[in-house]
Amino acid sequence: MAIYKLQVNGKTLQADVEADTPLLWVLRDHLGLVGTKYACGIAQCGSCTVHVNGSATRSCVYPVSAVGNSQVITIEGLSEKGDHPLQQAWDEIDVSQCGYCQAGQIMTAAALLKQNPKPSMDEIEVTMNGNICRCGAYHRIRDAVKLASSKI
Amino acid sequence: MTSKTTNSRRDFLKMTALTGGGLVLGFNWFSAEASVPEVISNSAMAAGNIGFNSYLSIATDGTVTIMSPNPELGQNIITSFPMVVAEELEADWKKVKVLQANLDNKFDRQLTGGSGAVPHSWKLLRNAGATAKFMLIAAAAKQWSVPSAECTAANGFVLHSRTGKKLSFGDLAEAASKIPVPATVQLKDRKDFKLIGKSVRNVENHKIVTGKPLFGMDFYREGMVYAMIQRPSFGMKLKSFDAAITKAMPGIIDVVSFNNNVAVIGKSTWEILKARKLLKIDYEKDADLESTEDHDKLFLSLMDNGEATVRRKDGDVDAAFKNAAKVIKGEYQCPFISHSPMEPMNFFADVRADGVELVGPTQTPARARAEVSQLLKIPEDKITLQLTRLGGGFGRRLKNDFVTEAAELSSIIKKPVKLIWSKEDDMTGGTYRPAVRYRFEAALDSTGNLTGYKLRGVGINSGNSTREHNFPSGAIDNLLIDSVEHKSPITTGAWRAPITNFLAFAEQAFLDEVAHAAGKDPVQFRLDLLAKAKRSPVGEIRYDINRMESVIKMAAEKSGWGKKKDVSQGFSVYFSHLSYVAQVADVIMRNGLPVVKKIYAVSDCGQVVAHNGAVHQVMGGVVDGLGHAMYSKLSFRDGVADQNNYNTYRLIKMKEVPEIETHFVDNGIDPTGLGEPALPPTGGAVANAIFKATGKRLRNQPFIEEDVFKTVS
Repeated sequence: MAIYKLQVNGKTLQADVEADTPLLWVLRDHLGLVGTKYACGIAQCGSCTVHVNGSATRSCVYPVSAVGNSQVITIEGLSEKGDHPLQQAWDEIDVSQCGYCQAGQIMTAAALLKQNPKPSMDEIEVTMNGNICRCGAYHRIRDAVKLASSKI
Repeated sequence: MTSKTTNSRRDFLKMTALTGGGLVLGFNWFSAEASVPEVISNSAMAAGNIGFNSYLSIATDGTVTIMSPNPELGQNIITSFPMVVAEELEADWKKVKVLQANLDNKFDRQLTGGSGAVPHSWKLLRNAGATAKFMLIAAAAKQWSVPSAECTAANGFVLHSRTGKKLSFGDLAEAASKIPVPATVQLKDRKDFKLIGKSVRNVENHKIVTGKPLFGMDFYREGMVYAMIQRPSFGMKLKSFDAAITKAMPGIIDVVSFNNNVAVIGKSTWEILKARKLLKIDYEKDADLESTEDHDKLFLSLMDNGEATVRRKDGDVDAAFKNAAKVIKGEYQCPFISHSPMEPMNFFADVRADGVELVGPTQTPARARAEVSQLLKIPEDKITLQLTRLGGGFGRRLKNDFVTEAAELSSIIKKPVKLIWSKEDDMTGGTYRPAVRYRFEAALDSTGNLTGYKLRGVGINSGNSTREHNFPSGAIDNLLIDSVEHKSPITTGAWRAPITNFLAFAEQAFLDEVAHAAGKDPVQFRLDLLAKAKRSPVGEIRYDINRMESVIKMAAEKSGWGKKKDVSQGFSVYFSHLSYVAQVADVIMRNGLPVVKKIYAVSDCGQVVAHNGAVHQVMGGVVDGLGHAMYSKLSFRDGVADQNNYNTYRLIKMKEVPEIETHFVDNGIDPTGLGEPALPPTGGAVANAIFKATGKRLRNQPFIEEDVFKTVS
């Protein structure tokens, strides 16, 4: 076990964990940030997506020892008041069904819009294709990313 | 509009008390014998002494609080139920608060399954809202000394138009609570609906998009421990285990065994995930260790020689086939599939001397409590169950094996425990959609009339794999439907649209084959069968011929059936959960492979409650139906599933979904089911369109393994 000091959502938080502990479980079990979801655990579905230095990262396979001083942003820290253009678009288009994958969808989309604020539908699909939504809300996820991009 | 998740009924009472007085209606939304609301005084509520099931409260600040009792798994019940109450109440939707209720004996049918919630509760919900409105109006009329009949309610206010007087529900709540409860109330005419039928956003959107702890996986209780279980594969049982290395791993508290399970208990999820892999377990054979190739052989032998249970028999089938001008035969097979909701199974249990506390995601909370009660020999009234939001269900959480495991584990280790299944545990842990094979046979006379029809279903732990009273039964003079079941150690359960999720594909694909052989247009062929059923019905008919006709016609019209030159179209229609859905798939060929471009779905689910929610259910059903028909399968080797996670078990992704156009028949009928009915027709529409495009019939799922999807090198 070792103490890791992490920069999460603009704060310094610490956890006493094994070096190989995935960032996902540090966030969920040790820091109480449960908005980031566990689903497959093998980087296949995207439910656990967070930003590490601005890049969409599958936290379920990203060891805490690799985080270092990187800035980690989770769904809880995406915006102060839950009003990021994507969060607003998700509400406006009423994207969610069960909602479990949506934090990962939004974080994946947020990293895309940061790099490419006006993506084409094709670019949106290429990026979002790695995130599974078992309810099949794909049309609305795509449309919500497009809507958010129009407001950035 | 906000929503709030409470921890207990006590919190709700506290919150109500804080809002200070007001009208609190406790009403039996759900039990038919007590659909008339009764007024509960705040003192009675504070005493926790209320003999009712669900509560609509109006606080003096005008906030209307509505409890939503059914488990929410993405079907939008937490929004649509309160909409119905608010509609009749004439509430201001912006001032409505929704609370997820915990398990309470007073609720009737507090479960999510069978697409039955709105059909079941429609009238009771309306009555609840209308009764409160009656009392608010009566209170205002009394205050103004005018007849109630001259007052109206709208948008959270009662109005007297002649004098221009106006009072808010909040101002009236106290006085309204003293008005005698009416025995009957007038419900609104549907033409006056302001909320019902409109698009109203999910009340939990904000919580979902900001990552609030809504789900069972997110539940945390101070002092709880985490646990995961290693379970035997199908046909095996535990012989012995050595947990020495596991126990020595960091964060591990204990390793215990029960019911062939070895449970690892620890301080965090990752620590138990890691340590569980180091268990040394010996299993021994307890039953047949079945493989997919065994099942394939069984299907063929049971199809010919199995002991069949006759499900329906009309006329003289043998004579019809003997006298047939043409006989058409088709066999269809599907594999086991996993429900694999995104949120893995999990539950919290705290078994103490004074009772049991259960928290988590289940579709059947009352059944969960009963099973825990039976297992631990603890009376049900000592067991509480708090419902969390469910990260999908699809039928998996109708079974409560994970709840009883958590409870049993807590009773053994005497600690509050959160049991978590990994995705691999989920996918290999059973209660799958059963694998089934169907054989259809049709007899045509010399003019192409369908004179005889046979269906045999062979299923593995499928129960009755047919739906013998469904269409086309009733439209054919000579018919025989029977089924054969093989009992297997591989466990199965209800999977969204049980049985019909595959039967509908097979049947609608076969009817397409028959129409083709008869030289008839597939749409006209179905309409002719329905006309025959109307003209001279045979035996029992459980579907509504007119409703089925109307979705067929509307789907043909909306899709431009028979008029498109640039696409190949396939048709399908199915009745399930009291609703009717017809679908048309448009397929094109690209680089020699079929591509589904668009699916039209026309649904008759009666009155739509939340329009956007209904569209989402239909689109989700189509995507689910298409995705699993195209890509998903579980195969087995010696009782072990070959696929255990999303890297080997394929789910549909964004780039694979076609455009979907939805329409609803507006016929004023009270709501019928919608969570499931849009799924069954999709496979058939797609397969029939692919036949049109390629001349090849798809008879086995997943389609992706069929020849038409293999590139020619």
